[in-house]
Amino acid sequence: MKPAPFEYYCPETLDEAVSLLEQHGDDGKVLAGGQSFMPLMSLRLARPSVIVDLNRVSGLDGIAANGDGGLAIGALTRQRALERDAELPARNPLLAAAVPLIGHFQIRNRGTVGGSLVHADPAAELPAVTVALGADFVLTSAGGERVVSAADFYLGYMATAIEANEVLTEIRVPAWKAGRLWAIDEVSRRKGDFAMVGVALWADMDGANCADACITLFGVGGEPVRVEKAEQRLKGAALDDATLKEVERIVSEELEPDSDIHASALYRREVGGVLTRRALRAAAERGTEGNGA
Amino acid sequence: MAETYIGAPIKRREDVRFITGTGTYVDDIKLPHMVHAAILRSPHAHARIRDIDTSRAEALPGVVSVFTLKDIGELDATVPIRMYKIPGLDKYLQPSLARDEVRYVGEPVAVAVAESRYLAEDALDAIDVDYEVLQEVMDVREAMEDKVLVHEHNGTNLAGVHHVSIGDADKAFAEADYTRREEFRVHRFTGNPMETRGIVAHFDRGKGELRVYGATKLPHLNRQTIAAFLQLPEHKCHFEENDVGGGFGIRGELYPEDFLIPFASVRLGLPVKWIEDRREHLLAANHSRQVTCELEIAARKDGTLLAIRAQIYGDMGAYVRTHGGLVPCSTGALLTGPYRIPNYQAKIHCVMTNKTGLGTLRAPGRVESCFYRERMLDMMARDLDLDPVELRRKNLVTPEEIPYEIGFTRPSAHPTILDSGDYASALRQALERFEYDEMKGIRGLQEDGRYHGVGLSYFVKNTGGLEPYEGARMVVGEGGGVSVFLSIAQLGQGHETAMAQICADALGVTMDAISVFHGNTDLSPFGWGTFASRGTVMAGNAVHLTALQLKDKILEAAARHLDVDASGLTLEDGNIVQPGTEAPALPLGELVAHMRESITPEQGVPELEATAYYNSNNITHTYGVHLAHVAVDPETGVLEVLKYLVVEDVGRVVNPLMVRGQTVGAAVQGIGGVVLEELVYGESGQLLTTTFLDYLLPTSTDVPPIDDLVLEEAPSPYNPLGVKGAGEGGIVGTAGALGNAVSNALGIEVKDLPLSPDRVRAWIRARGDG
Repeated sequence: MKPAPFEYYCPETLDEAVSLLEQHGDDGKVLAGGQSFMPLMSLRLARPSVIVDLNRVSGLDGIAANGDGGLAIGALTRQRALERDAELPARNPLLAAAVPLIGHFQIRNRGTVGGSLVHADPAAELPAVTVALGADFVLTSAGGERVVSAADFYLGYMATAIEANEVLTEIRVPAWKAGRLWAIDEVSRRKGDFAMVGVALWADMDGANCADACITLFGVGGEPVRVEKAEQRLKGAALDDATLKEVERIVSEELEPDSDIHASALYRREVGGVLTRRALRAAAERGTEGNGA
Repeated sequence: MAETYIGAPIKRREDVRFITGTGTYVDDIKLPHMVHAAILRSPHAHARIRDIDTSRAEALPGVVSVFTLKDIGELDATVPIRMYKIPGLDKYLQPSLARDEVRYVGEPVAVAVAESRYLAEDALDAIDVDYEVLQEVMDVREAMEDKVLVHEHNGTNLAGVHHVSIGDADKAFAEADYTRREEFRVHRFTGNPMETRGIVAHFDRGKGELRVYGATKLPHLNRQTIAAFLQLPEHKCHFEENDVGGGFGIRGELYPEDFLIPFASVRLGLPVKWIEDRREHLLAANHSRQVTCELEIAARKDGTLLAIRAQIYGDMGAYVRTHGGLVPCSTGALLTGPYRIPNYQAKIHCVMTNKTGLGTLRAPGRVESCFYRERMLDMMARDLDLDPVELRRKNLVTPEEIPYEIGFTRPSAHPTILDSGDYASALRQALERFEYDEMKGIRGLQEDGRYHGVGLSYFVKNTGGLEPYEGARMVVGEGGGVSVFLSIAQLGQGHETAMAQICADALGVTMDAISVFHGNTDLSPFGWGTFASRGTVMAGNAVHLTALQLKDKILEAAARHLDVDASGLTLEDGNIVQPGTEAPALPLGELVAHMRESITPEQGVPELEATAYYNSNNITHTYGVHLAHVAVDPETGVLEVLKYLVVEDVGRVVNPLMVRGQTVGAAVQGIGGVVLEELVYGESGQLLTTTFLDYLLPTSTDVPPIDDLVLEEAPSPYNPLGVKGAGEGGIVGTAGALGNAVSNALGIEVKDLPLSPDRVRAWIRARGDG
């Protein structure tokens, strides 16, 4: 369990980093927190010939308010920094609730927001939450920046829209809507493990009825899975038992997960529906209290 | 301080260095000019090796040597069977490196030695092996059909069979009011000591001596095997264990690597280090459990047990390793448990598959058999509408029947005898402590939306014996300091503390005057090892006997010095005293100083030392009860263990802190094995669980606080101290108790493990209402 030989660079500026990536093309690989990447290298499942370590690049971390009331999160922000941000629960309670579910605190101390998003483990929380929140990713290369939505970023099993010469530099999260209901829930074999099934969702209400909703599941496919059919069913409906039961059925029917050693496809379909129902109920019961409204 | 050291809750002496990270483990050994080995392992479950080309690897910078079986040449040896040598098994032994064929994923094929482990692993990448992939067989049932053979030249996958026959089971079945037949399965999992295996071998060409660091569990036996393999005299091979980060049965057995690393050192004349990484551990160190049992039970209507019959199948993997047929045979050995079952018949099959070899893991076979039996008793109670506790109580062997000879349940010359116990008393105390009766109302669906259940299992566990002896040498030196040299190895349990307690009481000195040394074959020419909860039974009694002999010697020397009769002397707290007289006490240290100064050629030697062995084939049996309260979320299948109790009678407690540590650790390990851990093979015989991402060990958030009650109601009559081993009682009953608790909660019958959410959901689905 020792990595294969590689060249190592630790640039101190973003310009330097992207020009190294430009230079090395497909041979280059970015190292951020290393919580998934280093084990893959040690197992020689990943054998990059060039490592560009971002950890000494300044200006890539931090959580800031952006102009429209949303958040601009530096990609190198440690997950633990997000977790400890006192403002976050008010600014974006769904994101704040997702972070403690990532691994264990030792992992979050080192793991970065951008690293988790680009690694794109289909069972990870952050990719699903950014999809649910309609976040945008800023990808920077020597040629400049481009912005890709989280929904367009994920292309299938551990595949994303990022190019070999690009670095994810910032995550832009739209403003949290006042009064929004939300929940995140997951089932894992042990606390801190990748989820067998998880759901991140929100619902905007118009009186007693749902005006808009987003239901995103993780651990049930190659990438975060939005179940638009279930979202449609919610729109205009009250979050009552009958609706929730039907949403559960729709989610179970719509999911097309795979089996692995921890859970069968059938289990994931069933429990995906169950968790969605439970999360919606929890969201409704919690109401708008402490919702950043 | 208590009146005796035995029984006192003394903190372990070892803890300071273990907890502060200042122990010396094998990877801490760094020798001048040391080089590093890595092992090329088969990527195939079954393949013929057409050719191995090491030339590219040998040409890499920093690579010292690459070798294959060809280079071992005439020294070629196989991993020997040390116990449970059932006829036939010796045709399935593992060579040090694959011969012509590989038979499991992870089998050693070649060794690369380089200036660093990194370079050694680079060299592995550059070894070209031409494999012809063969069909694998992964399932015991399929293997029994012999369509695909793991060892083709042997003509069968059924490597060995052992029969147990006590009473007349067939007659009992024919006459019984009630019979039931079920098939139970325990899955494959293994022990994961924090410290993986590791070896540093240093052959000194000038001295012609081999020093091996990292030996543990069985250093003397391993030395004997390796010395013979390398054609070196045993006394020129020094095996040192250093500190050891756990073993659980896995670590310290002889493996191919134990041949390969010393061989590399002899070949190169350099110290060679190999540290097993976790992936290698999960791939190549012994796997365990995975025993299947077709169990039949026969009883009267009133619940009186009459007979059991069993067909037991052990999934041995691709090679029979050091334990021979132990795992499946031990399943048969105590299948009748603490109950009076006069007729017992079993046929035990050792079946080869293309998996890693099977070996022991804390209470091997006993965890399995307790699961089968205790599950069957709950099913029977339900069928006959009997209270499961009453059913057990009715059939427990009574104190009046003890010693209770079950009969010949093992391939051994000795019958299995339950040596001492009050089984009903332990059951009563367990139920009281758990508040079992008060918990009757909580079963089934509760307000929290979960199904609650309570499960009980009763176990007996053999401890000590198996290998006949251990020894101790004891030397008194300057200041009355006592050095105790043990023949037994250790795995991190705390011999340095427990043996000092035993020594202090028997010798009559304070514990702080005693130092315990172990883990070096130079300390004692012979010894067995630490397994089967035998440390305290075997080494503890050896220390006790040695201390008594040494005490006599000391008193005789003191008598000569004081010019009195030795019979009037005794040793108390390190002072030689003459009870009933006004004579002043003579500190042991003064006697030593006097002897040291005053010895003349006429008077002899300043020798105050003794050596004794405790030698016994008698096996002690601990016994006790596990009780579990679980809750199951019916929609997600997630199981939570809310409350867990282990009650065990260990005969006599040497150190209650250490017994509790063993019990809690064993229970946690047991719960992990039953709920989380599984070695899963996928397509083409690939092991899918090769990291801790997929092989799930229990963490502090996965288990409840473990309650324990340790009893001393039945000291063993078989040894002077009356002790039994305490290392495994905490694990034996886990599968039985949890299996019963989940069955009780959901109204289903658990017959296989692990109790994973996916599996629990499948049972609920099959129940038809969820």
